[in-house]
Amino acid sequence: MLTVRGVHTFYGNIEALRGVDLDVAAGEIVSLIGANGAGKSTLLMTICGNPRAARGTISFEGEDITHEETYRIVRRGIAQAPEGRRIFPHMTVIENLQLGALVAPEEHFEDDLRRVFELFPRLRERQTQRGGTLSGGEQQMLAIGRALMSRPRLLLLDEPSLGLAPLVVRQIYDVVREINEQQHVTIFLVEQNAFNALRLAHRGYVMVTGRITMTGTGRELLTNREVRAAYLEGGQPTVRVGG
Amino acid sequence: MEYFLQQLINGLTLGAIYGLIAIGYTMVYGIIGMINFAHGEIYMIGAFISFIAFLVLGAIGVTWVPLALAIVLVVAMLFTSVYGWTVERLAYRPLRGSFRLAPLISAIGMSIFLQNYVQLLQGARVKPLQPIVTGGFVIMEGGGFSVYLSYLQIIIIVVTTVLMAMFWAILSRTSFGRAQRACQQDRTMAGLVGVNVDRTISLTFVAGAALAAVAGLMVTLHYGVIDFFIGFLAGLKAFTAAVLGGIGSLPGAMLGGVLIGLIEAFWSAYFDVEYKDVAAFGILILVLVFKPTGLLGRPEIEKV
Ligand SMILES: Nc1ncnc2c1ncn2[C@@H]1O[C@H](COP(=O)(O)OP(=O)(O)OP(=O)(O)O)[C@@H](O)[C@H]1O
Ligand SMILES: [Mg+2]
Repeated sequence: MLTVRGVHTFYGNIEALRGVDLDVAAGEIVSLIGANGAGKSTLLMTICGNPRAARGTISFEGEDITHEETYRIVRRGIAQAPEGRRIFPHMTVIENLQLGALVAPEEHFEDDLRRVFELFPRLRERQTQRGGTLSGGEQQMLAIGRALMSRPRLLLLDEPSLGLAPLVVRQIYDVVREINEQQHVTIFLVEQNAFNALRLAHRGYVMVTGRITMTGTGRELLTNREVRAAYLEGGQPTVRVGG
Repeated sequence: MEYFLQQLINGLTLGAIYGLIAIGYTMVYGIIGMINFAHGEIYMIGAFISFIAFLVLGAIGVTWVPLALAIVLVVAMLFTSVYGWTVERLAYRPLRGSFRLAPLISAIGMSIFLQNYVQLLQGARVKPLQPIVTGGFVIMEGGGFSVYLSYLQIIIIVVTTVLMAMFWAILSRTSFGRAQRACQQDRTMAGLVGVNVDRTISLTFVAGAALAAVAGLMVTLHYGVIDFFIGFLAGLKAFTAAVLGGIGSLPGAMLGGVLIGLIEAFWSAYFDVEYKDVAAFGILILVLVFKPTGLLGRPEIEKV
């Protein structure tokens, strides 16, 4: 579904991605883990064309999108809940969700809204609250809800668990699994919290300074000694997700 | 009392016109974080297009005033929009993402270019237009002074109010309005939800230019004379209005416009006319000292 080949991305002179190869197949949950500054967020943003890949190709459902405008990429069915959530702060919860639905056919709006509210009942209660005044967890729910409103086929999630209480993290991960299993949305997830991300994922990638250094199934990576040493710090998980 | 009321009417009329121009400054600032210094010239071009349109209509014998006004209004908005759109495409878009001062310099260049362009095409002399909307009525009399409200003033205030209300409704209620506000708040994220950011910026210039064109038409009718230099001072006043109200804020621009109009009218009436512009700028400075974001402004959102 998503194919990334030899992608290099620069910020001025800084080479943030140094030849990334990666695949996500339809229906999968794929996790990408890596230390701070490895280039994970840069990869997600490069997939959406902002910043643009300086070299290499990115294709989605067989079509080259490397040089396409961001809004066109989004209209193909790629949605992102980006790093920092980026809720529109002066707009209400509903307006944020309406913006998410911008690229979706209008007749689905009511149904989609109801589905998002079922996934995150908290958002229903706070419909008219301004986005900037939501709590961190609520903002994360809104960011995911907003992405879902576009009816994506591929959902890019950048650290959805960052800064959230264990219970909320668990809730968010349950939702991610649910939208993958029930709505058949393909998920590409970036996480610091390697344990949760790898538990949830079918497959995973490890990124170090702009390159993919390791790949395997979630279970393989979880049990890999190097991964454990570098990203699981003795393998003491704080939260258990799912059953 | 009567004299006061008369100044109130005059001030509101003037303020409505400033408000229309100020919206262009504030919307453009809101979305790309720069002052479009060529906006005063866009207003001047709107006045010239109105002027030419009246002459053409007169020549082909359209003399029924309401029809002529409606046609000129539409024509001026359309053609001036094209100028607004072109200015953005030529002078600002290529510089997007370069250092902050570049588009500002480009804007000043554009402003000088447009002045010279109109001066070359239309000549430097003041253009007179015979009065088109005449008449009015006395609404109050007393103390040897009568309060006069002209039909033109009514037209100016009504048209301005209707346009502002429409514009406000578009921004707050429609999908385009949401996209426009999204670009103001976080352009990167706006792209990520599928907003065509470049097009939204273009349309913001178009809308600002269309409103400035209406202001140009109103001024042409009101004063009956225009020249290629009217954009400078009016632009400066409208910019002041936008900053006074809180740059980036739509209601702020409207409020600021009305305030500047009122200050000018009352100052001219009760104090020395020569200093009316100084008064407007003085009040601006006072407000900024106590409220740096302007009356209705909110703290700056960092534009990247
Ligand atoms: N806008 C930018 N301008 C310049 N450099 C940037 C920019 N954004 C990211 N970088 C640099 O690119 C590199 C990769 O950053 P990126 O945000 O992709 O890392 P990350 O893996 O998402 O890290 P984290 O886990 O901390 O979010 C870093 O060295 C970072 O400093
Ligand atoms: Mg990151």
